[in-house]
Amino acid sequence: MDGERLASGSSELAVGESPRGGAPIPGGSGSCSLMQADVLDLDEDEDDLEVFSKDASLMDMNSFSPMMPTSPLSMINQIKFEDEPDLKDLFITVDAPESHVTTIETFITYRIITKTSRGEFDSSEFEVRRRYQDFLWLKGKLEDAHPTLIIPPLPEKFIVKGMVERFNDDFIETRRKALHKFLNRIADHPTLTFNEDFKVFLTAQAPELSSYKKQGPGLLSRMGQTVRAVASSMRGVKNRPDEFMEMNSFIETFSQKINLIDKISQRIYKEERDYFDEMKEYGPIHILWSASEEDLVDTLKGIASCIDQCCKATEKRMTGLSEALLPVVHEYVLYSEMLMGVMKRRDQIQTELDSKVEALTYKKADADLLTEEIGKLEDKVECANNALKADWERWKQNMQNDLKSAFTDTAEENIRYYEQCLATWESFLTSQTDLPLEEDSEDKI
Amino acid sequence: MEQAPPDPERQLKPAPLEPLGGPGAVLEAAAGEETEGTREDSSGVDTMTGNDFWLKKIEISVSEAEKRTGRNAVNMQETYTAYLIETRSVEHADGQSVLTDSLWRRYSEFELLRNYLLVYYPHVVVPPLPEKRAEFVWHKLSADNMDPDFVERRRIGLENFLLRVASHPVLCRDKIFYLFLTQEGNWKETVNETGFQLKADSRLKALNATFRVKNPDKRFTELKHYSDELQSVISHLLRVRARVADRLYGVYKVHGNYGRVFSEWSAIEKEMGDGLQSAGHHMDVYASSIDDILEDEEHYADQLKEYLFYAEALRAVCRKHELMQYDLETAAQDLASKKQQCEELATGTVRTFSLKGMTTKLFGQETPEQREARIKVLEEQINEGEQQLKSKNLEGREFVKNAWADIERFKEQKNRDLKEALISYAIMQISMCKKGIQVWTNAKECFSKM
Repeated sequence: MDGERLASGSSELAVGESPRGGAPIPGGSGSCSLMQADVLDLDEDEDDLEVFSKDASLMDMNSFSPMMPTSPLSMINQIKFEDEPDLKDLFITVDAPESHVTTIETFITYRIITKTSRGEFDSSEFEVRRRYQDFLWLKGKLEDAHPTLIIPPLPEKFIVKGMVERFNDDFIETRRKALHKFLNRIADHPTLTFNEDFKVFLTAQAPELSSYKKQGPGLLSRMGQTVRAVASSMRGVKNRPDEFMEMNSFIETFSQKINLIDKISQRIYKEERDYFDEMKEYGPIHILWSASEEDLVDTLKGIASCIDQCCKATEKRMTGLSEALLPVVHEYVLYSEMLMGVMKRRDQIQTELDSKVEALTYKKADADLLTEEIGKLEDKVECANNALKADWERWKQNMQNDLKSAFTDTAEENIRYYEQCLATWESFLTSQTDLPLEEDSEDKI
Repeated sequence: MEQAPPDPERQLKPAPLEPLGGPGAVLEAAAGEETEGTREDSSGVDTMTGNDFWLKKIEISVSEAEKRTGRNAVNMQETYTAYLIETRSVEHADGQSVLTDSLWRRYSEFELLRNYLLVYYPHVVVPPLPEKRAEFVWHKLSADNMDPDFVERRRIGLENFLLRVASHPVLCRDKIFYLFLTQEGNWKETVNETGFQLKADSRLKALNATFRVKNPDKRFTELKHYSDELQSVISHLLRVRARVADRLYGVYKVHGNYGRVFSEWSAIEKEMGDGLQSAGHHMDVYASSIDDILEDEEHYADQLKEYLFYAEALRAVCRKHELMQYDLETAAQDLASKKQQCEELATGTVRTFSLKGMTTKLFGQETPEQREARIKVLEEQINEGEQQLKSKNLEGREFVKNAWADIERFKEQKNRDLKEALISYAIMQISMCKKGIQVWTNAKECFSKM
């Protein structure tokens, strides 16, 4: 999994950057005053997400037509399903994967189209091309800036099993959808949406992005952070507050269960596919048979036709599963890994404080310096905890809604599948039993 | 010499057969009554049809199966299954049935009965037995003959066989069949004493006839083709059906895993917990519903299998015709050549090669007396030959007539039965869909309450 978290460059954050780009929120010296109540109340995130996925289907991925309304305002009107005031002002789509071949490597880029009415953006529309590495970079930056926020997960770098060719169509399409989700989740996040790196990601052309990327902390210092982070996580956290203990335990169980659900769902898809393959052969045999049975032609052909229709319905069901359920479940598998990382980072921040506090008891000499540092660290810990707590609630709410929708949709797909098959067979039966009486068998088995 | 002409009256009469000098089975007429047979297709349900050849209605059922051990022909311990056959006679007036006979038979005895019927009623499309070993199995089904599900399906198949025989206008009157149902001990000996094994046409002879017959009745040739096609297509269908069943089983059963995981997950969820838990329950219901569904389908497969095996019975009738026809053709040819020989001898010309002609040339003419003697012998043979040809011709035509009548009967039965089976398949699918809708509707409700 690629979102390998670099250590929270918390000390560096405090020095320079504001963790979020864009409009500074008054009050609060650092990053802690993000989660204000009004920010959370703004939109029901679930509606945003649902709206967005509908938006995606409106904007047909593979044929972006210039005739489509491009003003953000008209798009708001287009997708407004809820009665609540829709304050969405950032629309992102990911589409049009393209393959690039250089002497060193082959890679895929995706087109990112952003439409916005926000003032801090220079324009209302942007189109850029990004490759997976760029997404990785963005994620890393977000994690650095907000170590205890729940950053959306990226799709995996490689698919472990069954993939011979890295760039097969299904893989690319699945990844594209996941990347689309990734960016939109960031856009929906009350804090992350204003992140400066995010803005640059969406708007900068390739060369600008390269030079921008180089501004960050150098490789060696990042490595140092990693080492420190690993070391501190190994020491473990002594005083994790209860609520975070609960959170941790939830995450562990959730992670287990969602992984299982992921496996089960993938397996169901596979079984349905195998069933579909066999069914395709089943119908035609009845047609073959009808060639040698004069009196049974209608019946046999009828059955063949029913089987073929059920076959088609099965295909639809499979597609439904792979669109409604599998990507959602998989995203939460990745989220659960993400969450464990977030917990670790929070623990690290606390550990820093704890170790300084411990140091104070021993090194009376630097008492003043240490006390000051401890003060800052206490702030930091409090911010981190609050940020996580709030984001946690938001995340849980989203999770419930997303999984609830996904399962409900799946159930709906299955109902539709059975209803279709039922209709087919019932109409066949009617046609057979409406025949004149002498056709009816005297002997009912 | 082949067997006695098809004798629809060969039932319940003493010594119905004319074996080749063997002692012959003396089958006494059953003490008293002839009993009626009915066309039945499930135990206990009898319907009066036009084919009531037995005076009293009887119900036949194979009601139980039991595992037994015993010693076989070479005195080795073996395990086998025995089936209980119960015969009830139904009083006309009040429809109550009285158990008249009840005995145990094993599969090999059924086979013996059928082989006997095949020999003595070659013009009849003899109903087939259920398969000896389980074929067209899919993974959950066992191929073990001792498996209870297999035994159960076989029990039903054996009952079906008996019912088919009992409702056949000709077969139902057979004495051996009657004894099969009524005389437990000694039945095997009785059958063997008929000497039917000796009467059976050798496979080799039949094969020979098939290749060398010149003018078989076209209808039988077509019938043979039809039966080959029927066998091929039903086999194919059963194979694919088994694979489809396998896959369907997989789809349903994997859903069962959701049940356990949802339940465990619900433990950590406050608001979602109840919805998850009950949804999980429905997933379990869904997963287990496939067992009954596929069980029903297995019965459908058995119905098709019966007709798969019927194809072989059809071919047997065709083979018999070919054999008789070939026999006739050979006899006619033989007669023609004898006549020619006679003519040559009489007129003194030698148009055809004959050993006698050669030796005459080599060793000198034969005397007129010798020639006369030979002509006389030939004339006798020709006479005999003409008689035989006449009777063979008659036999042949009788056979074709009777066989074709039975084939027409069979065709109608087949069309009825297969149509019904196919419709019952549709009904099964409908039931499966309805169950699916219900389970998923329940699950959806649970999910939406999450």
